[in-house]
This record gives sequence, structure tokens and C-alpha cells, in this order.
Amino acid sequence: MPILSLNIRAALLSVVMLVVGLLIWEAAIPGQKAVAELTEYEILTGAGSAKAGVPPPSAVIAKAWEQLSNPFYDAGPNDKGIGIQIGYSIYRVLTGYFLAALVAIPFGFLIGMSQVAYKAFNPFIQVLRPISPLAWMPLALFIIGDSEASAIFVIFICSIWPMLINTAFGVAGVREDWVNVARTHELGPIKTAFTVILPAAAPTIVTGMRISIGIAWLVIVAAEMLVGGTGIGYYVWNEWNNLDLTSVVFSILMIGVVGMLLDSAFGLLQRRVTYVE
Amino acid sequence: MKPYLSIEKLTQRFPDGAGSDLTVFENASFGVEKGEFVVILGHSGCGKSTIMNILAGLADPTSGVVVMDGKEVKGPSLDRGVVFQNYSLLPWLTTLKNVTFGVKARYPDWSKAKVEEHATKFLAMVGLEGDVIHRKPSQLSGGMRQRVSIARAFANHPKLLLLDEPFGALDALTRGTIQDELLKIWGQMEQTVFMITHDIDEAILLADRILLMTNGPQARVAESVEITIPRPRKRTEIVEHPNYYAIRNHLVQFLGKRSKELAGQLTNDGETNRPEYVRIDKTEAPDDPEDKQPALRAVNS
Ligand SMILES: Nc1ncnc2c1ncn2[C@@H]1O[C@H](COP(=O)(O)OP(=O)(O)OP(=O)(O)O)[C@@H](O)[C@H]1O
Ligand SMILES: [Mg+2]
Repeated sequence: MPILSLNIRAALLSVVMLVVGLLIWEAAIPGQKAVAELTEYEILTGAGSAKAGVPPPSAVIAKAWEQLSNPFYDAGPNDKGIGIQIGYSIYRVLTGYFLAALVAIPFGFLIGMSQVAYKAFNPFIQVLRPISPLAWMPLALFIIGDSEASAIFVIFICSIWPMLINTAFGVAGVREDWVNVARTHELGPIKTAFTVILPAAAPTIVTGMRISIGIAWLVIVAAEMLVGGTGIGYYVWNEWNNLDLTSVVFSILMIGVVGMLLDSAFGLLQRRVTYVE
Repeated sequence: MKPYLSIEKLTQRFPDGAGSDLTVFENASFGVEKGEFVVILGHSGCGKSTIMNILAGLADPTSGVVVMDGKEVKGPSLDRGVVFQNYSLLPWLTTLKNVTFGVKARYPDWSKAKVEEHATKFLAMVGLEGDVIHRKPSQLSGGMRQRVSIARAFANHPKLLLLDEPFGALDALTRGTIQDELLKIWGQMEQTVFMITHDIDEAILLADRILLMTNGPQARVAESVEITIPRPRKRTEIVEHPNYYAIRNHLVQFLGKRSKELAGQLTNDGETNRPEYVRIDKTEAPDDPEDKQPALRAVNS
């Protein structure tokens, strides 16, 4: 029998762990299975709260099937499909994130080019960076007023730091030899920035962008729980209020899947700009 | 009359890390004529690369000036092409793109096709053809990288070529081919070449004149040795020329012994530290009545 390749062995092991994990989970809550099937009915009759429990995987899978087969239905403010909710969250994350990139990358470039600027801005960055983005929420709600814009602002403020710091660090660390190549070819500052410094610093910059998108996705769930209305964070909180734990577990999984997709998109970008010296 | 490239009272000091200054060289002065091929020899760390960076305009000396073609050298220029000691290729570009990078800077109004054709031609000249030119530098051997760097400099036709140990990482065979190419290019165009090497035989094969540096710190260009072997030179034939071993012995003696003895001394030539001019000629010159002096002579100029 031929020996299986490393990847295939790893994939097989993953599948085995998944199946075993699901079986243990399913077996751990046998008594509640019937209850779980009744949950929706019991919630409607108001008797669900006492008997609501952690759902077995089979219920979650059934829920996922039901939700994913019609992800975009819209039946009023408290009953929207999972696709619509995730869409709102992604829209907020990307808006706040790209505004942050628009500020952080050019600004980081300038800071990285000048040692004086680097040293002058560093203390501010070091103080602002560790602030939990949600701590800005009250201030944002007060100043901006609009809850939608406040959520975007929170994403903006949490994604700006890794991109700013990494861009400045990457630009400051570009090897002098490469800058000298640009100099001996009489390239102007703009051309040097785009043809030498940007590609040289790109791996570090994209690493910062990848960290930022991860943080933004973590933060949006919490922010939406606070501001409410729409979005995956609101959805989780709403289903918890409905004591629909099956939906809660399902949406937790969806948050993970979307986060993984966002991260792997930047992983692809990172692979494209990485170079070997 | 000033030479084409004139180095005047060049001094370079670096902070030595212990609070005081390290003088790499002091009041170095020498000239290079237009179209001349000058090689500089000296032990590691004596300041050859430092001089070259100043000639390239990449570094400013502590004091002194460099004048090229009547103009003071201030900052880098496309007229002075550099092959750096560590190749300095841009690792995110392919081999071909590394060369077109330079060609585009030199000839901004050329079409893309013309730029690529020109770059491909010069890559072929250093023996890089086919698939190789679409690889990244990290996928090339050290010698191949060095050849890309040479192609990049040659393709730009600079008036002055500055070469910092350009053949250091090459095997003997490739080294020979590229030395021949260099001589060919140099012969075709009116190029002035200033080259650093550690290889005495290479220096004799290529140079019109060899500058010898004493050991650092406080190094100086102590001698300027004329290579009295007629061109075109062939590596197999020059060894039979009567001057070859005389010159070679002189160079070996200098690098082996005198570079150490002379280290740190200043010449009595005021403060300019001009190199002593050395001409070694053992060939009989019957049709030249003026050349009846002893075959070996050192002349102060
Ligand atoms: N930026 C710098 N700061 C401090 N010292 C320096 C700097 N650059 C060079 N030096 C010193 O100047 C001296 C000459 O260096 P340089 O690189 O010119 O030597 P080199 O003759 O090219 O040697 P090699 O043949 O090994 O390349 C060395 O002692 C080195 O330590
Ligand atoms: Mg050197």
C-alpha cells in the first residue's frame, strides 16, 4: 500500500477529529434531544426558558441547512436571513477598514521615511494603540450621533494601528542598497517610493493589513451587540434573547467561517507580495 | 590640465564607536583620464568601497572634492554606473525586470519592446538567456546574480563605470568570458572604468594603470603602476610578455610587504598624498633612443 502524502494524512486526521468530536457532543446531551426539538414550540408557548439547553450538533446542522438554503429573506427588523446580517457586518468592517487603510498607509509611509517623524509620533501611537476600540463607542455615539457611523468609526480606529505601525516599520527598514539603486538611476522621490520602497516594504505592510482585518472582524461583533439593529453581532445577541441557542451556535460558526475567509484573502495577497532575498 | 576624473584631497573619517574618529584615508589625490581603465588594489578594509561610494556620489567625504569632466560630483547620476559589491538586485523583480528597471530610467522615451530588447541583449552578453531571465534573483546562483548586476550597469552606457569586485563570485571560466566582454565594451565605447579587485592577474589583464593602496586605517593610494603590456591582451599570451612577471612581482611585493610598512605614513609631497608613479618596462626599445635607461625605473610625477 502506498504511503499517503502528508496533506492527505492531515486531512484524514481532521475529518476523524471532527466526526469524533461531533459524536461526543451528540452523545453528551441525549436527554435534551427531544427537548431541543420542542424548543421552538416551547419558546412560543413561553415555557421554553426552563428547558432550553445546549443543542446537539444534529440540530445545529438542521438549522444551518434551513438558514443557508434561504440566507437573504427579510421578514421585518427582528427576522432577517443570516446572509443579510453578515452582509451588514462585512459592509461596516470593510468601510471602516478601507478608510483606515487610506489614512494609515500614506501616513505610515511618511513616518517611516523620516526618523524625526517616527520618534515624534511614536509616543502618541503607543498610548492610543492599547485602547480597547469599544472604549471609543460612547464618545463616538455622542459626537457622531448616528449608531451606524459610530460602529464604522470603531472599526476605523481599531484597524488603523497595526497598519500604521507596520507601514512605518516596513518603510524605515528598507535596505539602503536598494534605495542606492534608485539613487544611482536618478529616480525622483515619488518614483522611488512606488518602484522601490513600496515593493520592498509590501510584505510588512500586508502583514499589518492582515492583522487589522482580523481585529476588525473581532470588534464588529461586539460593536453590533452594543449598537443593535442589524449585523451578525446583533443577530447573536437577539437569538440569545430569544433563547434560541441553536441559532446562537450556528451564528458563532458563521462568524468563524467569515473571519477565516477574510484572513485567507489577505493571506493570498501576502503570498503575492512576499519575496525572498 | 586637470584629468577627466580628478580626486582632490579626499579624506574620510567615521566615528569609531569609542567616541573618537577612525580615519579611513586622508588627503587622497589622484586622477583618471578619459577612456582610461584604472584598477585599484588593496587589502580588505582599506577603504576601496568607501572611495567608490564617494565617486558614485552616494556618500559625501569628510573633506575633499571629486571633479568629473569639469563638474564637481554632487549626488548620484546616470553618467556614473555602479556594480555594487553585493550586487544590489531588487529581489521582487525578475532578472529581466531588474535590467529594464535601469534601461527605463536611462531612456525614458523608449518603447516597452525596445527597452526589453535592449535588456535581453545585454543579459545575453553576460551569458543569461532563455528561461533564466524570468527568474527572481533568489533563484539564481551568486555568479548569475553578479552577471545580472553587470548587465544592468553596462546596458546604461554610463560615461564612468564603477565596478566593486564585479567578478568576485564567478568561476574562472565565466570570469574569463565576462572579462573579455568588458574589454570589448570598453574598447567600443569611450568609457572610463574604475574597478576594484583582489585578483592581481585580473588587474594586469584589464588595467591601463593600477592604483595600490596601503593598509588601513589612514590608508593612502601609495603607487600608480602603469601596465606596459600592449593591447589587445590575451590571457594566454600576456604571461609570456617580458613585463608581465616584473609587474606581477612588484604588485605581489607591495601587497605582501610594503602595504603594511607604508601604512599610516604620509608622503613628503606636502599634504596631497599623490601616488608615486611607477613604470616597469623590460622590453628593449632599439628604435627609441630616449629609452636607453635601466629597464626598471620608478619616476616621481
Ligand atoms: N558607514 C561606516 N561607518 C563606520 N565605518 C565604516 C563605514 N563604512 C566603512 N567603514 C570602515 O571603513 C573601512 C573601509 O571600508 P571599505 O568597505 O571601504 O573597505 P574595502 O576596502 O572595500 O574592503 P573590502 O575589500 O573587504 O571590500 C573599514 O575599516 C570599515 O570598517
Ligand atoms: Mg569593498
